[in-house]
Amino acid sequence: MAAAPNPAGPVDPLAAGETSLVSLSDAGLAAPHSSASARGPWRRFLQRSPLAALVIQRLALSIALLFAVSIMIFGGIEALPGDFATTYLGQSATPQAVANIRADLGLDRPVTTRYVEWLGGALQGDFGTSWASRNSVSEQIGKRLGNSLFLAFFAALISIPLAVGLGMLAVQYRNRLPDKIINVVSLAAISLPEFFVGYLLIMVFAVQYGVATFPATVFDGMGFFDRLSAIALPVATLVLVVLAHMMRMTRAAILNVMSSAYVETAELKGLSAFRIIARHAAPNAVAPVVNVIALNLAYLVVGVVVVEVVFVYPGMGQYMVDAVTVRDMPVVQACGLIFAAFYIFLNMAADLIAIVANPRLRHPR
Amino acid sequence: MPELLTVKDLRIEATSYPPGEAPKTVTLVDGVSFSVEKGRVLGLIGESGAGKSTIGLSALAYGRGGARITGGAVTLNDTDILTLGRSGVRSVRGAKVCYVAQSAAAAFNPAHRLGEQVIEASLRHRIMSRDDAEARALHLFRILGLPNPETFGRRFPHQVSGGQLQRAMTAMALCPNPELIVFDEPTTALDVTTQIEVLAAIKHAIEETHTAALYITHDLAVVAQIADDIMVLRHGKTVEYGTTRQIIEAPGQDYTKALVSVRQIARPEAADQSTPILTIDRVSASYGNGFKVLHDVSLTLPKGQTLAIVGESGSGKSTLARVITGLLPPSEGRITFDGQELPKALKGRSKEQLRRIQMIYQMADTAMNPRQTVREIIGRPISFYEGIHGAKKTERVRQLLDQIEMGDRFLDRYPAELSGGQKQRVAIARALAAKPELILCDEPTSALDPLVAEGILKLLLKLQEETHVSYVFITHDIAIVRAIADSVAVMHRGRLVRFGPKSQALSPPFDAYTDLLLKSVPEMEIGWLERVLATRRMESAGN
Amino acid sequence: MRLASIPLSAWIGLAGIALALICALFAPLIAPYGETQVVGEVWLPPGGDFLLGTDNLGRDLLSRLIFGARTTVLVALAATVLSFSLGMALSFTAAVTGGFIDQLFSRFNDLMMAIPTLIFALVVLAVLPQHLWILILVMAVLDSTRVFRIGRAVALDVAVMEFVEAARLRGEGPIWIVFREILPNTLSPLLAEFGLRFAFSILFLSTLSFLGLGIQPPAADWGGMVKDNKDGIIFGISAALVPGAAIACLAISVNLVVDWMMKRTSSLKGGRGDA
Repeated sequence: MAAAPNPAGPVDPLAAGETSLVSLSDAGLAAPHSSASARGPWRRFLQRSPLAALVIQRLALSIALLFAVSIMIFGGIEALPGDFATTYLGQSATPQAVANIRADLGLDRPVTTRYVEWLGGALQGDFGTSWASRNSVSEQIGKRLGNSLFLAFFAALISIPLAVGLGMLAVQYRNRLPDKIINVVSLAAISLPEFFVGYLLIMVFAVQYGVATFPATVFDGMGFFDRLSAIALPVATLVLVVLAHMMRMTRAAILNVMSSAYVETAELKGLSAFRIIARHAAPNAVAPVVNVIALNLAYLVVGVVVVEVVFVYPGMGQYMVDAVTVRDMPVVQACGLIFAAFYIFLNMAADLIAIVANPRLRHPR
Repeated sequence: MPELLTVKDLRIEATSYPPGEAPKTVTLVDGVSFSVEKGRVLGLIGESGAGKSTIGLSALAYGRGGARITGGAVTLNDTDILTLGRSGVRSVRGAKVCYVAQSAAAAFNPAHRLGEQVIEASLRHRIMSRDDAEARALHLFRILGLPNPETFGRRFPHQVSGGQLQRAMTAMALCPNPELIVFDEPTTALDVTTQIEVLAAIKHAIEETHTAALYITHDLAVVAQIADDIMVLRHGKTVEYGTTRQIIEAPGQDYTKALVSVRQIARPEAADQSTPILTIDRVSASYGNGFKVLHDVSLTLPKGQTLAIVGESGSGKSTLARVITGLLPPSEGRITFDGQELPKALKGRSKEQLRRIQMIYQMADTAMNPRQTVREIIGRPISFYEGIHGAKKTERVRQLLDQIEMGDRFLDRYPAELSGGQKQRVAIARALAAKPELILCDEPTSALDPLVAEGILKLLLKLQEETHVSYVFITHDIAIVRAIADSVAVMHRGRLVRFGPKSQALSPPFDAYTDLLLKSVPEMEIGWLERVLATRRMESAGN
Repeated sequence: MRLASIPLSAWIGLAGIALALICALFAPLIAPYGETQVVGEVWLPPGGDFLLGTDNLGRDLLSRLIFGARTTVLVALAATVLSFSLGMALSFTAAVTGGFIDQLFSRFNDLMMAIPTLIFALVVLAVLPQHLWILILVMAVLDSTRVFRIGRAVALDVAVMEFVEAARLRGEGPIWIVFREILPNTLSPLLAEFGLRFAFSILFLSTLSFLGLGIQPPAADWGGMVKDNKDGIIFGISAALVPGAAIACLAISVNLVVDWMMKRTSSLKGGRGDA
């Protein structure tokens, strides 16, 4: 396997939406014997049905990662300097008050005990009580997670077809005017901070023309279409932010396929342009493009945080940012774990798609 | 005989974009003319960069990587295909003219089964029905000697070997019954012993189907087996054009003569092979994953002489060099250098031990740091091993440049500013700068133009006379072995199958593998392929 | 390299970066008013004495923008330099040493990258005390995971080249191999990567400040200025958009230059495929 060029081209992948956690060669694709040579039965399994073996390997890796992340989120915080109770009380921290609050929050017990309790609870969907509001964290998250997913879902629904379409357009007119325009515009778009795009849209559509609502409030019992109109601007912001990345990476993925030797073979067979694309390029381009999409959806996790703050939208991101400012650790930990889980899941999905789409694995020798 | 394809005054250009400079136009092919009659095979021969692939693709009115046909005419059956529109060109490609690529592994679509890809062009151009096309594919698989022809088409490209893929690609080209096939180095990526089978299959298929062909290769001996006419190309221009017999037996140009006679060097082997400089004693080696690459290899190299190690790719010959250098410590066995056992790993060896063994690589391009000048490259071993700096070092570098027959105007050039041969000479000078007693040469001439390669070989021999340095010379080219070796080792699948002085090692009686290897190396002789195939048939009949 | 071969887009980018740097270096000389000086009414419209109007506390927006350039550019630059040094040092160590060290570093890096950067930063900044150097350190450490990945890939590409092997066979030490053989051949992709990381740092710092976790008031920085003035948006006051546009312009400028550098790098490698 030659060194793969950065599929994103000169795009900054912002919060690392671009990188899959495990390259295929790490997963043992390139050299099945190298990673599993020590374990005989596993090696045989890998050779007999490499697809199933690699999928299992990738799933196991994700679970291990999630576990490691939970330790980092919980234990890492413990290891960092600064005592919650002291910071929490600020100026009024007398030793007695600190001790009281530590006992109150259960911080006087050993770290391991608290971690096991926390993780056990988290696995059952119980994230404890918020320090600030004394409410159940899970209850709050239950309401807000749905709102965030609602937002992300519509952003994905709009941006995916748009990105793939524009990417194909850019490839079709490669190095000609439409491609150059798309290149410059998308380069500019990836440089825009989400909050700038958000406020710009508010200024134009909510304030000057009054065609959209701000803030994007949603509440229980709100009708579906009311909800849709409330999230129009946040969705537009997210789409604009994700679209440029997704489009550039799609373009790179398709170009990579179009410049391959087998597309040249198809051309030298005298096939029509449509057949070359539909029959020879598309089956091989689907996997990298879907991979690109999955990676970029992972980026929505980050985008959602800022956009929710901008639009005062009651989702997970805003919940987490509010908790961070008041140092409400149970909430921060819960949100952090859930965001990381989504991120790990989407990265895993991207890798799994690449594995499943590989004809070498689907049809082993 | 009517002319099928006539190429007249062909001129092909491309635009190159040198970094930091304005784009400039490069001429790839200039004023090339030839013609091919129905059912005949024209060989296009030349080194890489000679423009032969570019010319071959012009028969399909195709320019690869931005190459543009800017002049001349390519006439197929009285039609200039360069003047055809897009649909006109499409009706030629894949129907009248087909193409066989060098790397079939990359040229087959990984997502589709081989059979579908083989018959695709025939169906799309409505040349035959699906049933007929499948029947023809089966017939071609048989002619080409593919295993299990009935089920072969149901396999995916990654499920068959390289030699089989190359034959499948030939079947794909033959399937629509084209008038002309362009073979672009179809056997170059294969091992010698595989090459002969594919070559025979292609030749057989061409004869069976009476198609005409352009056969592109850098190996004159290969093309001599298959072509009726040969055109020799260099730097995009015609050097010589004639019948195969004429080119092989009476070459007119110096360049062609160099190609034909290959090595004018013939050195008798040294008589006394008693004092060894290097002894390899029962060495085995494995890679980190437990894959064993060398099995129980024992060799000796006498002082001041040349040991040639021959084998195909994967035979372990380059691995053996890595073991000698200490890059890959052997799992068993000992290596003795000048009477002292060498520490197995590179890390354990002293600076002095490192100095005495130097290495020359196949690709001089990657063996030299592109950001260092010739002065720095050659000078570093001098300052590193002997601590000599400044004017004295420059003086030594000048002497070395003189020794490799290059002047001191090259002192401050970067590798990118040197030709292939000059780069390899600088690499030799870098090795010499350490005043070594042994130089490991890993295919140092196989990436070079034959004229240049011969210069390098002569230089190596001259340096051996001057400095009494010993060489371990790794190669796949029997002709080079005959030319320069004192003793010969033949390797196959990590084992030493034959070792001895050249006169014994390369004369019968042979072991089975050496026999196969020697017989598989194409010889510069018309009818060699038939002769070898006939012998093989006789042998298998005799069994 | 000739100046004429630099495309227009790269010139625009270079000019944008130069402008930001001049503002950052000479802020007190250029700015008409002080950084925290209240000069008039709240949210005065642009024009008159105040070219861009005033902010939510009646401070001159232009002056704060110029001082903000200083904070934003310098903090982002410091974080990038630090993350680059850290990432390069670790990645080159991993690539050159190989074996266990390489595995350890790479797997830990994978773990760090399994959490989105912003989420990671939010969690960490929730615990740590708010100091400028802690902010820079957190940004640098998180960002260095990306540098590590690229640096390792680039170094491995070069480290397997035969001239590096030749140097090892000669007996050269790791310092020579890294600094004389590998580094000079990785400079141009790494320079482009530095640009990318810098653009990312600007955006990341601004985002953190916007969320109230970055630069603390009253110091001016672009992300924080957006936060300060965001409530004006509903009243049609564009004070929040000005610093937002400044961030966008600077990030676009850097990306334009990076885009050009990447094209140069790739045309270095890309020869035409003639056989």
